[in-house]
Amino acid sequence: MTAPVIATEAGERAQPPASAPRKRGRFSVHFAHYKWLYLLLLPGVVYFAIFRYGPMYGVSIAFKDYVPFLGVNDSPWVGFQHFQDFFSNPDFPRLLGNTLILAFLNLGIAFPLTIVLALLLNEVRLSILKRTVQTLVYIPHFLSWTIVASLSFLLFALDFGPLFLFLNSVMGTNIDFLSDPNWFRPLIVLQEIWKNTGWGTIIFLAALATVDQDQYEAAIIDGAGRFRRVWHITLPGIRSTIIVMLILAIGQMLNTGFEQIYLMTNALNRSAADVFDTYVYFVGITQGAYSYSTAVGLFKSLVGLVLIFGTNALAKRFNQSGLF
Amino acid sequence: MKIHNTTGGRIFDAANYVFLSLVGIITLLPFVYVIAGSFATEAEITRRAFFVWPEQFTLGSYEYIFSTPAFIRALVTTVLVTAVGTLVQLAFTVTMAYPLAKRTLRGRKVILSLVVFAMVFSGGMIPTFLLVKDLGLLNSYWALILPAAINPFSLIIIKNFFQELPQELEESAKMDGATEIGILCRILLPLSKPVLATFALFYAVGIWNDFMSPLLYLSDNSKWTLQMYLRQVTAASDLLGTGNVDPAYIPPEQGIKFAVIVVATLPILIFYPFLQKHFAKGMLIGSVKG
Repeated sequence: MTAPVIATEAGERAQPPASAPRKRGRFSVHFAHYKWLYLLLLPGVVYFAIFRYGPMYGVSIAFKDYVPFLGVNDSPWVGFQHFQDFFSNPDFPRLLGNTLILAFLNLGIAFPLTIVLALLLNEVRLSILKRTVQTLVYIPHFLSWTIVASLSFLLFALDFGPLFLFLNSVMGTNIDFLSDPNWFRPLIVLQEIWKNTGWGTIIFLAALATVDQDQYEAAIIDGAGRFRRVWHITLPGIRSTIIVMLILAIGQMLNTGFEQIYLMTNALNRSAADVFDTYVYFVGITQGAYSYSTAVGLFKSLVGLVLIFGTNALAKRFNQSGLF
Repeated sequence: MKIHNTTGGRIFDAANYVFLSLVGIITLLPFVYVIAGSFATEAEITRRAFFVWPEQFTLGSYEYIFSTPAFIRALVTTVLVTAVGTLVQLAFTVTMAYPLAKRTLRGRKVILSLVVFAMVFSGGMIPTFLLVKDLGLLNSYWALILPAAINPFSLIIIKNFFQELPQELEESAKMDGATEIGILCRILLPLSKPVLATFALFYAVGIWNDFMSPLLYLSDNSKWTLQMYLRQVTAASDLLGTGNVDPAYIPPEQGIKFAVIVVATLPILIFYPFLQKHFAKGMLIGSVKG
């Protein structure tokens, strides 16, 4: 603590309304009082201005013809040209289809599995078993997609991978799962289940713990069996959590996960693998079509925003508490 | 609780226990196979379909990777970037969260709503890439750290945490002549150690696992992080590279891929007991407050 600092603080306290200056007081007085706080705030504000709002300003190149040496500001405007190009591009229906199919597979398979796993864990009375299973199924969540992809490459490796050999001998085929476009989606969903189902149960288990225990006793007295109790008490008890998680999942639907898809994409399976996220990368970064790919990315973000607000409104209409 | 002891109930319990145990074991099997494979000989990997214990132990794969300069470099790089990145994220987040926790600070609401907006909408991959390029950060390790220096979600959570600490502590410190920075360093930070430790783990795992930033910003392969190295080594001979696989990274034997995966996973597994405890808590805090 330096001497001038103490002096300032002491001087401040000498003033009549000691600690906080009145709301409509002069800003210079307010600023002098809080100057250390504003100083602390500075790095964060600069960070948001540059790295969060800078790219938002940069989104304007979606409506421009970005020329690197002219920069974002001076590149000429082209209006909705890039959007028109994208919607009339034969890639568009394929990307939209691939993205939506993957999204619905994840919503339709991985999401319900998470709830089922949480319900099954909730029924376990043997706490050591419950804790052990939880410990095991949470692990994959912390691994990078690079590791998940590498594990998949080994497990499905041509000619020696355990799952390559096992599945092919069961089905009597000789499929290279890693490059066959028909197997791309099952692989992605399988990875998603392995990596995130266990971890996803945490939120549902927390909700399950809050379900009123008296209701169970009443139901038992009324002669309700195990499944009827789950159906009539447990599931309605966590309904709002399920809806909130569903809204979040739908809002994130188009975010197919760049890393996962990129890592599993190869020259042979691209017909099924190309989604908006990876398309932006391939067209933008590797081919240098910055403006066009920014337009694609912007389209995706806007649809995502519409989805999240739309599902929220829908949830409210059905008399459920939405997210906001 | 009589109903619970019916035959049907007991059968369900037994089936459920068996099923969940299987789920746990199946989750673990890929690791067991990879760890076993990393100690096995090339002949055994190609001959045996699946094993959890190698017939013949060898450290050959580890000797190979630890004598490869590219691997050592990637490992050291990743450790350093993770350490510096975690400190930077903590410092930026805490210094911003503390002033925002003061309800009387003017401009606070505007800044908070701008932070929340940045949570919902972002510029996206290409504008961020162009910004990093214009700042001259391509092929610099700062490109892996600075663009993600503050996570808006954790900023809000830490801000809420500061806000809930008892005001009396700060006021009495002020009476004793402490400055705002003094209060932050001597009172708030020691009180928030557990929370900050949680976020430090959170950040460290995020940076260690990050693949997208090095892919976008580090084209110079002498600067690659472990995740990039892992990608090159495991994708190489599998027809999988998306066009940019350097032949120098194709490993001479399959076992090497196993060993690289083990090394890249090890730190996460070592920290896992802490992670599990803190992350579960953190996830629930986030869901309540967010």
